Amino acid sequence: MKPFGYLRVDSVDEAVRAAAGQPGAQFLGGGTNLVDLMKLGVETPRVLIDVSRLPLDRIEELPDGGLRIGATVRNADLAASRPVRERYPVLSQALSAGASGQLRNTATTGGNLLQRTRCPYFQDTSKPCNKREPGTGCPARDGAHRDLAVLGHSAHCVATQPSDMAVALAALDATVRLHGPEGERTVPATDFHRLPGDSPERDTVIRLGELITAVELPPRRPGAHSRYRKARDRASFAFALASVGAVLAVRDGVVEHAALAFGGLAHRPWRARAAEEVLRGAPATERTFARAADAELAAAEPLRDNGFKVPLARALAVGVLADLAARD
Amino acid sequence: MSHDPPPEQQTPRLMPPGPLAHPLGAPLVRRDARDKATGSARYAAEHTPPGCAYAWPVPATVARGRITELDIGGALALPGVIAVLTHENAPRLASTDDPTLALLQEDRVPHRGWYIALAVAETLEVARDAADAVHVTYATDGHDVQLTADHPGLYVPERVNGDFPAVRERGDFDAAFAAAPATVDATYTVPPLHNHPMEPHAATARWSNGHLTVHDSSQGATKVREDLAALFKLGTDEITVISEHVGGGFGSKGTPRPQVVLAAMAARHTGRPVKLALPRRQLPAVVGHRAPTVQRVRIGAGRDGVITALAHESVTHTSTVTEFVEQAAVPARVMYTSPNSRTAHRVVALDVPTPSWMRAPGEAPGMYALESAVDELAALLDIDPVELRIRNDPATEPDSGRPFSSRHLADCLREGAERFGWQPRDPRPAVRRHGDLLLGTGVAAATYPVYIGATQAEAHAAADGGYRIRVNATDIGTGARTVLAQIAAAALGVPEDRVRVDIGSSDLPPAMLAGGSAGTASWGWAVHKACTALLARLRDREGPLPAEGITATEDTRLETAERSPYSRHAFGAVFAEVQADSRTGEIRVRRLLGQYAAGRILNPRTARSQFIGGLTMGLGMALTEGSSLDPAFGDFTACDLASYHVPAHADVPSVEAYWLDEEDPHLNPMGSKGIGEIGIVGTAAAIGNAVWHATGARLRDLPLTPDRLLPHLA
Amino acid sequence: MAGGGRPRDAGAPHPVNGRRSALTLTVNGTPHTLTLDHRTTVLDVLREHLGLTGAKKGCDHGQCGACTVLVDGRRANSCLLLAVAHDGRQLTTIEGLADGERLHPLQEAFVEHDALQCGYCTPGQICSAVGVLTEAADGHPSHVTPDTAGSGAPVALTADEIRERMSGNLCRCGAYPRIVDAVEAVAGTAAAGVAGA
Repeated sequence: MKPFGYLRVDSVDEAVRAAAGQPGAQFLGGGTNLVDLMKLGVETPRVLIDVSRLPLDRIEELPDGGLRIGATVRNADLAASRPVRERYPVLSQALSAGASGQLRNTATTGGNLLQRTRCPYFQDTSKPCNKREPGTGCPARDGAHRDLAVLGHSAHCVATQPSDMAVALAALDATVRLHGPEGERTVPATDFHRLPGDSPERDTVIRLGELITAVELPPRRPGAHSRYRKARDRASFAFALASVGAVLAVRDGVVEHAALAFGGLAHRPWRARAAEEVLRGAPATERTFARAADAELAAAEPLRDNGFKVPLARALAVGVLADLAARD
Repeated sequence: MSHDPPPEQQTPRLMPPGPLAHPLGAPLVRRDARDKATGSARYAAEHTPPGCAYAWPVPATVARGRITELDIGGALALPGVIAVLTHENAPRLASTDDPTLALLQEDRVPHRGWYIALAVAETLEVARDAADAVHVTYATDGHDVQLTADHPGLYVPERVNGDFPAVRERGDFDAAFAAAPATVDATYTVPPLHNHPMEPHAATARWSNGHLTVHDSSQGATKVREDLAALFKLGTDEITVISEHVGGGFGSKGTPRPQVVLAAMAARHTGRPVKLALPRRQLPAVVGHRAPTVQRVRIGAGRDGVITALAHESVTHTSTVTEFVEQAAVPARVMYTSPNSRTAHRVVALDVPTPSWMRAPGEAPGMYALESAVDELAALLDIDPVELRIRNDPATEPDSGRPFSSRHLADCLREGAERFGWQPRDPRPAVRRHGDLLLGTGVAAATYPVYIGATQAEAHAAADGGYRIRVNATDIGTGARTVLAQIAAAALGVPEDRVRVDIGSSDLPPAMLAGGSAGTASWGWAVHKACTALLARLRDREGPLPAEGITATEDTRLETAERSPYSRHAFGAVFAEVQADSRTGEIRVRRLLGQYAAGRILNPRTARSQFIGGLTMGLGMALTEGSSLDPAFGDFTACDLASYHVPAHADVPSVEAYWLDEEDPHLNPMGSKGIGEIGIVGTAAAIGNAVWHATGARLRDLPLTPDRLLPHLA
Repeated sequence: MAGGGRPRDAGAPHPVNGRRSALTLTVNGTPHTLTLDHRTTVLDVLREHLGLTGAKKGCDHGQCGACTVLVDGRRANSCLLLAVAHDGRQLTTIEGLADGERLHPLQEAFVEHDALQCGYCTPGQICSAVGVLTEAADGHPSHVTPDTAGSGAPVALTADEIRERMSGNLCRCGAYPRIVDAVEAVAGTAAAGVAGA
């Protein structure tokens, strides 16, 4: 780890100004991923701007019935929040399925969205990796890639986004609020993370110097239920092999609304639009659910050792949708 | 090192009040429990002598080649850097029988992760930065790290680990197998596995007036001292190695590992005390691993299930540095009636890190394969797998013909089955459904040999009526401190709390390392002998003791060198109940029960913890643990604790361990067999067999992760 | 509907130069003012600067839990916390749990249940368990808490709840069943105490 400067800021404006004025600056939230990667030499900030004590640690009701989650709200607090548990269980469940109690107490909402891939080549600076050092190649494609992408990968990168929370946010049609040198903007959670394409070094659409200040959830859709399910190698404290976050509303046995997102399959939470197309207006049966999952996963391009993720994701989706349908 | 029994009010005692219980067999609270629960127990990296510097190693980033250029200028220029040791400037070491300790001596890189430099600095942060700043250029050769069952480099070694012959043949296996009415022919694979004790390998070294003192995370300070003496050409009296508290080892700290040699070299080179804790990610490459095995098991049997032909052939890898051959086919020489038998090992030297001991080397992978094959035979013949094993329980050791000193495998199977609720059991696979879950049960046998090592111990009677035992035993979490006090108290006929036990320093009488499940037997025998001698001298005396007390020192060289006419092994039976998610392929254990016959159990409290610990590591071997070698880069693909999945709390539900009261007069004065390793043996097979019973899928490649089961689910 | 509700502090660490700052950490009730390299983690401050070696370094990457301490009463992996970012925080380590010679009930329970072997994960397990008791009492759900559980009501610590909540603390010796027993015993006593009050 290289030496770095440290600056604690008291306001969002100050944070953004500081970042703009300091080349090599990075924001420090909970640090659970950033400090880990600094120790590995993957991240080499020249200065850390500590935003962990900014007054962004509140969960607030929005006038439209939605919820605003401050960027420094800790994952554990978000999972325990009453409105989240009652109105957005998929989010609480996704958070509780991630990491460990200790990490959830430390990690922030903004930081969770920005956590980087667990690809073993990305984490090892003695090896090539296009995400870490553009142009050096992607050894994962022919190497150890059992845990990596089956959807939306490119010749340059087969990494997956590891966040559970982000999958739930994608299914909930959340919005990410950003504050940067050019002011504020919002980005739909589904568009926040990118596909790797030919620039895998960019995980998200965040611009240089922008700070995540909040995540906003739209009002809960009446009659809809939501749920998160994750498959993993170990019963707890393991990243997803595949996961599903789903929101489903069924009326009279027919799907009225469905939002489905996969985790562990791609460089971003994979919002399953093709599956949703199949689901909408169809009878809420396992057959429909399977057809929907198949419609989405038809696009999968598994690598040598991760083909199992396709039936796994299918099974998770069918199982979660069936569970949700059974609630009505 | 010293460890006084804590005052009565501080440590809860589960011994009933009233007359003194016989201290052997009493469930005493471990003596170091309080220190460990309060954080006051100090481990190797937790001693910071004044002026202590910090070291950080630099691993090679090629799998095979030579260093052509080493640029340490950038590292040395960092403020706070004291030195960078490389093969060009490091102290010269004499050669020993362990070439993995020839560190920083030459430019050759035998595998990725081999240490090529060591940065030493005023602080940990600077040392790490300096290690990153070392720039190395290599000339590389093509490398090969892939073990295959038909690798052209495979050869038959002379001996395998444990000093067993590589090949044993009895009768005519091929003819008997061809003639057998029922046959199983199956190949099982076990991936590379990592010990990953929670305490990374660490050492703190200092030289003072020519004397080297090292705090080392080791399973045996006596051997560390011997090797350091050889490497640095010193007398053993010029070295003190202290291993007071050791955060687990599971074989990976059995002999000296790089940290202790590097710390001593750096301390000599810089003239400063040096502390070195190996980074977790580097451990897989430098502390040994369980070598992968490809094991073919063939069993021929009659319709009655009696085995007539048994072949167990194992293929494994070693490194180009030294030969270590996992003795996976050895337990098949002990387990079952098999008049026609072949047990054989072949090995190939690849450009891989050097494998070594991991909990129950040989038995753990070997019994996975053998006990899985026996289950396949039971299914084929529709014979209950408990009953099938009992039918093949031999009267004498099949390989040697020697009588068993004691063998209660059949009793373990019967009693374990009873406790577990094995019957009634529908033998059909894939018929027990609970929602999305498929349920099943499985059984496997376990065995582990009785080893013993020469040890010296000193027993001292003080004038104040207290007793003190001195022996360089190591407590790696086994409860050695506590059990040795019990053995001494029993031999002396005094209350256990009058006995102080000093262990964990090479300045104490030399002892066998904590390995081979032989610690308690080896140390305990010497302690018993010293106490018996002391008692005799006390009896012969009249009047009060002299102010300096009386001391008796004894060793067991003669006793342990004597070859027993008996085949001596502990046995056990493991029962597992599993659930497999029929949608996701996730397999979890619901219940695990081990029933053992391991001689006399000296402390049921600490013994139960060891059995349960072994069963838990076996659960990991079955379901979650595994690495592989990256063909392109030559290193292990799962090198940290996020990717190498040691079981977590949530993976480990009800785990129970029981034992029979086994009397065996052919062991040692305590009548004990080792218990540290047998818990892992057979566990993976019991779980795999239960997975077959749950799902109908016979999975033969560990670990049984969802990707392995999913293709078999409809 | 506050989130963390973490205390804010007035000052910030005082930079000595671009790489070091002076800061104050309160450890087990005692304030320590130190000038530290920004790279220094809370774990390394405890172990190498303050001589408090109870918190262990098992992986140094938040993957094993051996370094668990309480930060302002909440459990965290101290190996991933930069000390400079924790200026003004209250830390409790394993050394701070006992009241003089009187052990914390969880320490007592670990000793009594033989919930340890090599002991290296033990301080982290115990600190983590202290956090678990608080989190459950505060109604924090876990991955295995039923959806039907009342939002915000204290969560009963069944064995399954304990296993899930303690899963961030690895133990290679396999003391898990006994750790669960120990935590369950204390949780049961605590719950009985609440019920009786």
